[in-house]
Amino acid sequence: MRKLLVSAYKEVLLLLRDWGGLAILFFMPAVLIVTITLIQESTFKAVGESSLPIILVDEDNGEIGHMVAGNLNESPNIQLVTEHEGKPIDETYARSLVSEGKYQIALIIPEGISKELNDKVNHNVDQILGEFALVDADSEPTEEKEWKTQEITIYFDPAAGQTFRNGVKSSIEQLLAKVEVRKIYDVFIDQMELEEDPGLLNGDIISFKETIAQKGNDGIIPNAVQHNVPAWILFGIFFIVVPLGINLVKEKNLGTYIRLRTSPVSYAIILGGKILTYTVICLIQFILMLMIAKYVFPLIGLIEFDPGGQFPLMLLIALVSGLAAIGLGILIGTIAETQEQSAPFGAIFVIILAALGGVWVPTFIMPEVMQKISAFSPMNWGISAFYDVILRNGSATDIARPLAYLLLFFTATLLAAILYDKRNKTS
Amino acid sequence: MDEIIRIHELSKRYAGSDRYALKDLSISIRKGEIFGLLGPNGAGKTTLISTMCGMIKPSSGELWFDKLNYSQHGRTIQRQLGVVPQEYALYPTLTAAENLYYFGSLYGLSAVELTSRIAEGLQRVGLSEFAKKPIKTFSGGMQRRVNLLAGILHRPNVLFLDEPTVGVDVHSKEVIMALLHELNQQGTTIIYSSHHLNEAQHFCTRIAIIDAGRIVVEGKPDQLIASAPGATTLENVFIHHTGSQLRDYA
Repeated sequence: MRKLLVSAYKEVLLLLRDWGGLAILFFMPAVLIVTITLIQESTFKAVGESSLPIILVDEDNGEIGHMVAGNLNESPNIQLVTEHEGKPIDETYARSLVSEGKYQIALIIPEGISKELNDKVNHNVDQILGEFALVDADSEPTEEKEWKTQEITIYFDPAAGQTFRNGVKSSIEQLLAKVEVRKIYDVFIDQMELEEDPGLLNGDIISFKETIAQKGNDGIIPNAVQHNVPAWILFGIFFIVVPLGINLVKEKNLGTYIRLRTSPVSYAIILGGKILTYTVICLIQFILMLMIAKYVFPLIGLIEFDPGGQFPLMLLIALVSGLAAIGLGILIGTIAETQEQSAPFGAIFVIILAALGGVWVPTFIMPEVMQKISAFSPMNWGISAFYDVILRNGSATDIARPLAYLLLFFTATLLAAILYDKRNKTS
Repeated sequence: MDEIIRIHELSKRYAGSDRYALKDLSISIRKGEIFGLLGPNGAGKTTLISTMCGMIKPSSGELWFDKLNYSQHGRTIQRQLGVVPQEYALYPTLTAAENLYYFGSLYGLSAVELTSRIAEGLQRVGLSEFAKKPIKTFSGGMQRRVNLLAGILHRPNVLFLDEPTVGVDVHSKEVIMALLHELNQQGTTIIYSSHHLNEAQHFCTRIAIIDAGRIVVEGKPDQLIASAPGATTLENVFIHHTGSQLRDYA
């Protein structure tokens, strides 16, 4: 036991005197979590919380144009723009402003759309009411007419992503459908000569109730921060692979390895000292990242991350994920012969595991084949466990499976490293 | 004198290699000897020392340490061995005292025992005032002295030395050689490997010249010189038995 503790103490001393290693372990993940969360948060805000400027060119100047403008104006997330630098915007100018990236969207309401819609609706309502003989006997029979479909043009910034474009298009379609329904409804009221509006369009007949399907009743309402914080905590933890791999390779190249291998201690004890030290480092890293998410995030305009009562389970996930990362670092450090092999390989491998694990993009939007591969990434197991606890309000039982996988990964990588070392000794 | 290490028909062939690093090598080393192991590059010296230290396992043959078989009592044997590699086997960012404390602890020495032995050792090699300085700030000679101390803190029965004085200044060399003589007088068997044939001639009590994985000759330095025709130094003996051609291996 004393040999193990002394080995761990030696590792601590080595780390404390290695500023580069400390930067990789603590500073880089801290910068990463703040930067990525800020970037992703602002992207969310672009389509959600902050106001989005939309150019409206109303060439119709009729009822439809006024209704669209009125509805857009009512939306707190939209800022209607009709002129730029004091100059009124027409369709050509709108297109050039959007193509230059000054605005993301321009909406062009063509001339005559209100009249066309009015005529069409009046004609159709007349026909329907005529079927029921509800129109005046002296009214003239309606003529069959060829209707022209009116096109509202939307210009998008070429840099706007497909998801963003779909979201905006769907909102505008919804708005136009509402305008059409209102128009039809008004014509019916008018044609039927009703003195009072029966109020059929007041309030939604069908509404949506958005509920986050969590386990239990005390779950946290998920937000971007709660998606990002665990993902980047895990990424930081796995980055331990790089300094740990370098540490092992350095030891081999320094000659200290010869001394260690000829001393009466097993390779397991030597590794045990590293495992103990780096596990503590993983936990410190986890606490540091949580503190940043809790105390620094609100200061820079991000939502505070509060683990609430789920802290002990999160700590457990960080511990087991840390062990998995340490196992991988030991294996890479044991196999690699030079720092030039271990450092880039370790870093790139962790990035691949992160990409596969769903740190960059959620696994559910990956192609099917990638989703299958993703199931083998230890980072995917870690993220699943974190999401189960934070977003789904899961219990220890719910995360038992991913934790077991992570522990198995740790055992397998550690055993592989010990066997590789033993094989080298006997070969 | 009693024998402390006995090697019988030891062979070692590395995986992927078509030649034997050691071939049916037999040797006996007696307690209290300063045994010199000399040979050209690639002769098998490092493999033989690594096998005797328990770092690598032989392909065949038997090794005994004080009547204990290596394959069954590896850890017990390793506790009685000290190794001073040619490389500076020290952590550059740790201080001299921290390095010595760590390596001494691996041999099961208590904190009190270690502290006193470290202070005593550092004083013996003239480095007391540098105990708390990081190794990376030490000169080559200073690092060699700490390297030696790290191998002898636990007072081993057998000490393996691989080029213990290579690249050091004359003063450091004097201190190192004096300390080694002192250890030997206290009963430590020394197994010494070097290319400094002149140093080996004066330092060793018995010498074996190894080539192509076999012992080609062994004996006391003066006996070896006398047995080789026209030889006046150990270097002449060495050339006589191993030839003059270059031994380059890649």
